[in-house]
Parts: sequence; structure tokens; C-alpha cells
Amino acid sequence: MKLNRTLLMGLALVGFTLVLAVLSFVWTPYDPLAMDPELSITKPSPEHLLGTDVFGRDVLSNIIVGARSTLTVAFFAVLISMTLGVLVGVGTAISPKWAQTPAIFGIDIVLALPSVLFAIVLAAVYGPSTLTAIIAIGVALSAAVGQVTRRETNAVLQADYVMAATSSGAGKGRIVRRHVLPNIRASLFVQASGAIAVAILAESTLSYLGLGTLPPTPSWGRMLAESQQYLIVDPILALWPGLVIVIAVLGFNLTGDGLRESLDPTLRRSES
Amino acid sequence: MSLLEVRDLVVMFGDKRVVDGISFDLEAGSRLGIIGESGSGKTLTTLAIMGLLPDTATVSGSIRFEGQELLERTDAQLSSLRGNRMGMVFQEPLTSLNPLMRVGKQIAMPLKIHRGMPIKEGLAVALQLCETVGLPDPERIIRSYPHQLSGGQRQRIGLAIALACDPVLLIADEPTTALDVTVQKEVLKLMNDLVASRGSSLIFVSHDLPVIATMTESVLVMNTGAIVEHAKVGELFANPRHDYSKKLIATAQHADALFTTFRAGTS
Repeated sequence: MKLNRTLLMGLALVGFTLVLAVLSFVWTPYDPLAMDPELSITKPSPEHLLGTDVFGRDVLSNIIVGARSTLTVAFFAVLISMTLGVLVGVGTAISPKWAQTPAIFGIDIVLALPSVLFAIVLAAVYGPSTLTAIIAIGVALSAAVGQVTRRETNAVLQADYVMAATSSGAGKGRIVRRHVLPNIRASLFVQASGAIAVAILAESTLSYLGLGTLPPTPSWGRMLAESQQYLIVDPILALWPGLVIVIAVLGFNLTGDGLRESLDPTLRRSES
Repeated sequence: MSLLEVRDLVVMFGDKRVVDGISFDLEAGSRLGIIGESGSGKTLTTLAIMGLLPDTATVSGSIRFEGQELLERTDAQLSSLRGNRMGMVFQEPLTSLNPLMRVGKQIAMPLKIHRGMPIKEGLAVALQLCETVGLPDPERIIRSYPHQLSGGQRQRIGLAIALACDPVLLIADEPTTALDVTVQKEVLKLMNDLVASRGSSLIFVSHDLPVIATMTESVLVMNTGAIVEHAKVGELFANPRHDYSKKLIATAQHADALFTTFRAGTS
């Protein structure tokens, strides 16, 4: 695999987010939940590098711990969406014609459903929680993954080498394992990294609306929502969670674009 | 009993009859050429025999292979024949190999499917097959990806895959059309020798009359989905009965005459 500038930049930003998440397990400057009324909304200082919020909690510590919840939700949501999406996408593509139309229709319906609305419904039934957020985001994203996977699978199934493999006696299962999955692998990687970026945004949105990670667990989305009320008092407070969300989303998007460039088999073939 | 008996084979896409009620027999060990221009139904006929037509096609009539009716068989039952009792070589050697799988593994695949041979042992057989189809440095070849090989080499790989399980019937669909003329000649000679030494039957599809004449004993001439003439190669050349056959021969002779004139002019 060839590294390119986009991919390197993306990986650097993703790496930064991952380091924050891992760091949260071993060290934070302060207890992220420790409140101190004396320190309500202080400017950045040597003691509190990013300042403190309205309850006097250290913002940097919250940002670091928040990375963990955001990435956990994003990771599991994408795991669900990729598994579900690939199963549905490949399954639809190899199923007989009469079964395809209702399946495509189903994908379109889920695609049309806003994930936030879906999460609100889920939260109304099961109560807001991290798990609700994970399931809501995962299912909502799986439709897009399924749609792209179905198209990519169809393209591979039309290929001469699939007919040649069939003429060698390969059955459907073997065609999928040996020919379809390896040949759509690049597209799956790209989709997964794109999906993580969307999932991070979705998690922040849900937490912002109070439907995702529950207080007091720190979350970037909720930090943004809380700081918004004090925008006039201290606008810089909203900057930090916003900034890390941008860094994470940009990082995964750039990684996706970079992967697309370096994994595209047509580009690779022309190199040799 | 013939190896292959095709009776009133009709292939339809919607209400278009693209193969229009053809019948022919193929004896074990014999070679049959199918010739016709693009769209004459020759490729579809071979795909129907292999059971590789797309779902959108409706097939009727009868195709009996080794006494069994193929059109009544399920896809899984056909899979056990494909690559095992019958093998196929395709027209485009690059696109008919999986770009992301090493060619050795692709040769070993039919052995794994039909003989249950582990890939590792299959690779050893693949090595021998590479030698059989005249590929130099087989050790390197079986570790290569298709894009690292030339067109001629890839077509030899295609032949090795088709022959891996020693099929009784080999179907070649314009196997040399995509190759250089010099490479074409080598691959044809190789195919000729291999079919002869293994005693397999051959169905050779082409639009090139001289190629058919060197490869086969009898010829089906197809035009707009129907067989217009079925004759021994010699008979066809000596006494073409159908207008379309006459045209084919005239074209081939014209090209030959041109070639002779050109050579006379340059020498």
C-alpha cells in the first residue's frame, strides 16, 4: 500500500484522537468530574490549560475522557453498520431478482430515515443511553453501507473472472468469499473510515440533544451543548469540544480519501 | 451415445430468440468448430451448455451431457460438472482472471473444489500444469498476479485452469482473439496438442475460418441464431452449400489472395 499525503495527514489527526482516548485510561490532569465552585468558568491558565467550565471542572480532562466515549460509540456503531451493511449489500446482490426489489426498497426506506429521528424513537422506548446511541447510529449508517456494497458487489458479479470461476465449479459462497469480498475490500475500508467520521458527528449530535452519552460521563457533544449557554460569558469554552470534533471528523475523512487513493486497484494496476 | 447431444436449443431474452432451435451431437474425442459473426448466437450456445447464461435468459430444448439432461439440473448440480467434466477457456485473458488472487491459487481452485485437494498440494499440481502449458519459470509464474503476466501467458493460465481436473469436454470461446497473431499461433498449437494427448472433446468458437479449419474436424456455421450448415471442414471448403458459408470462405480466400499479392509485390 502506498502512503500519500492525504492519508498521512488523516492518520496523524486520527492518531491524535486515539492518543487522547488511550491517555484517558492512564492519566488526566484532574478528575474530570471534580467540581469546584470557586473556579467556575476560568480562562486558560498554567493550572488549567484549557480553563474550567461552569461547575469548575477542568476542560482538558473532560476533552481527554470525552474522546473515549465518542470513539467507543463511533467504533461500535461502525462495527454494526459495516456488518449489517455488508451482509445486506452482498446478500441482496446475490439473491434472485424477485427478492432484490423489496430489499432495495427496504434499504431506501432506512436511508430516508434521519438517524437522529431514529435515535429519538429508540431513546423514547428504551431511554437515552450510550447503547441506544450506538444502535441508532449503527442501523442508520448501515443503509448507506448496504447500498454502496450492493452496487460494488453487482459490479464484481458482472466481471469475467466471476463467470470464469463459475465455469470452474465455484458456488455462490466461494464466489463471495474468494472473489467478491477481496475485490470490494478497498471500498469497504474507505466506507468504514467515512462512516466513523459520520458516526462521530452523529454521537456529538445525539449527546448535544441529550439522547446519547448520559451525564456525568464526559462527552464532546454535551460539552458543546453546555458551553453554548455561556457563549456570551466565555466564547472560548465552546471552542475546545468543537475543535476536537472537527479534528476527529477531518482525520477520519482524510484517512478515507487517502485510502481510496492508495487502495484503488485501477490506480495500482497502472503503476506496474 | 454421444458425449453431448443438443436438441432444439432455444435461448430467449424477453421475446427475442437469440438461439433459434439448434441441434447437434458431439462424439467423445471429437472436435467441433462453431463459426459465425458477432451476434450469431455461437457464444450463447456454449454458455447454455455450461449453464452460465444470465438469469434474464430463458432456455428450452434439451442438452444431454454424458447421458444426463443439463437443463433440468440445479445450479449446485451443474457446479459439480463445471471445471470437472467440462472446462472453459474465455476470450479475454486479463479480465477472466481475478486481479487480486495469485494465479497459482486460481489454478489450484478447481482441484480444491472438485477433488478436495488442499491449496498447498494444488499449488504443486499448478506448477506441473504451468509446465504443461509451456510457461517458462513456473515457480515465479504461480506467485504472480494476473497483471504481471503478458496476454499469452494469461491465456495459458486460463487453459491450465480449464484443464486442471482433466475435463472430457473443453469449450474454447474465441480464446485467441485478444492475442497477437504470433502468440495466437503458439496458443492454438498448444491447445491442439493438449486436447489430442488427453483425448478430450473440443468445442471451438471463432469467427476466424482458417483458425477453425486448423483446430477442428467439423464445423457448425451459425447465422442469426440458427445453424445454417453443419459439415466436415474439408467438405465446407470444397462445397459450401449455404450462401453465408460461401461468403465466409470467399472472405477468407480474399484475405489470402491479398496476402499472396502483397508478398509477391514485396519480394
